[in-house]
Amino acid sequence: MDLPYRLCYGMGGLRTAGDLVARAQLYNKAKLNDAKKLVAGKLGIDVEQLSDEFAMRDVREEHDIGLIIALPGRAKGIAAKKRISKLFGFQINSVNLFDKKTMSV
Amino acid sequence: MEVRTRTGSGKLITMTIEEIRRDISDGVNDAAEKAHIPPLSSDEQEHLCEIVAAKTKIVAMEPGREVVLTRDGGVHKYTGVCRYAGVPLSVEQAIWIGERFMGFDTMELGIVDYNMKPCKAVAMDEAHHMENVQMSSIIPVLYGVQPNLGVYYQSMGGKWPSPMELMAKMKVKEAKEVQEKAGEDLRRDTIYLARTMNEAGADGLNFDSTASAGDMEFYYILKAIEQITAETPLKIEIGMAGEMVQGLHSEITYEGKRIAGMWPKEQGQAVEKAGASIFGPAVTTKIGKSFPWSIGRSVTFVKSCTDNLKIPVHPNLGMGVGGIPMTDTVPVDVVTRTAKAMVEIAEVDGI
Repeated sequence: MDLPYRLCYGMGGLRTAGDLVARAQLYNKAKLNDAKKLVAGKLGIDVEQLSDEFAMRDVREEHDIGLIIALPGRAKGIAAKKRISKLFGFQINSVNLFDKKTMSV
Repeated sequence: MEVRTRTGSGKLITMTIEEIRRDISDGVNDAAEKAHIPPLSSDEQEHLCEIVAAKTKIVAMEPGREVVLTRDGGVHKYTGVCRYAGVPLSVEQAIWIGERFMGFDTMELGIVDYNMKPCKAVAMDEAHHMENVQMSSIIPVLYGVQPNLGVYYQSMGGKWPSPMELMAKMKVKEAKEVQEKAGEDLRRDTIYLARTMNEAGADGLNFDSTASAGDMEFYYILKAIEQITAETPLKIEIGMAGEMVQGLHSEITYEGKRIAGMWPKEQGQAVEKAGASIFGPAVTTKIGKSFPWSIGRSVTFVKSCTDNLKIPVHPNLGMGVGGIPMTDTVPVDVVTRTAKAMVEIAEVDGI
């Protein structure tokens, strides 16, 4: 069932802005349209662009917040989440723990 | 005109448009009467009929209306469980597949025996997988588990006498007391798991099939959510077990409201009060009814949640739930029709 949901109804995760809108729902308890507006606002784009892979590929690269393709040198994993945390103000648990573990070195 | 559709068990059948309209109406009215909620309007029912009767195998929706996908069952949809794909992957690889192959918006870890009691025993082992995953993933990763108060009873290998067996012996007071004691164990285990996952960097927890063992289970999970959201940064998603909470205790209340007999709207209101971020109503499919009947009923229940709740609503859509037929190999025609109905008519925030 995963594939039909993903292709027909899902936002597309890292291909677009799905992970970001998901975080807005989790962190801000925002309903869908409010979550989309919040994310689009922080990225400086229109809501309509959020689900456009072509537009979002450049937006994500510009902000270096994780791409679906594995280009070397671009932020991945915890580094991308740290950048997402700073851009959107989400207090991402794993990022905060990473900071706590590394700041005392 | 004959329309290709399915029974509640997934078998292909044909129905006329009039039969589909009638079954949708019956399903809608069943939900509305039982839960005392507004039925879908005639326009909404006609829209639903168009979705069910669409000529294509797969239906989708307009660009721009995409919703967030969250999930339950963890990575076991891909690996490790015989009723799913069973591909031999590590859980970390499965998370990467969800994030980078599938393009999911969120993912979830969880153990094969997806219940709280066994999960608590291996929480530290699960925590290291969560730490691994959190270093390499970008999308939110939750930790999923079913509260399942039932496994705390002796009938399922637990410590406490079964309340059903006590009730059969007319020991109603003892049956209630044992549920309260088992519930305290559930709450304690839930807090332990939450603290462990919090320290592992989890983004949140997903409680799946909540209230499967009735009102006492729901009560203790609600109390656990209050404590978890007060003490940790974890975000909580709650998926329910069914459209009505069964009253095995029947007197327990939450914020002054009796939990037994709560329908999806009231369930969601309780979850919202407790502090969760996302609510997932579940509506079980009746295998003796048609797919149009089940989807009419399911959308009516879910719409009562989206109309009344402030937090996002992500209905459970899967095998035997949400209107989808009860079969382990779910046909894509009914999957996509159910999702389209939820997005366009119930206006859900996710699936």
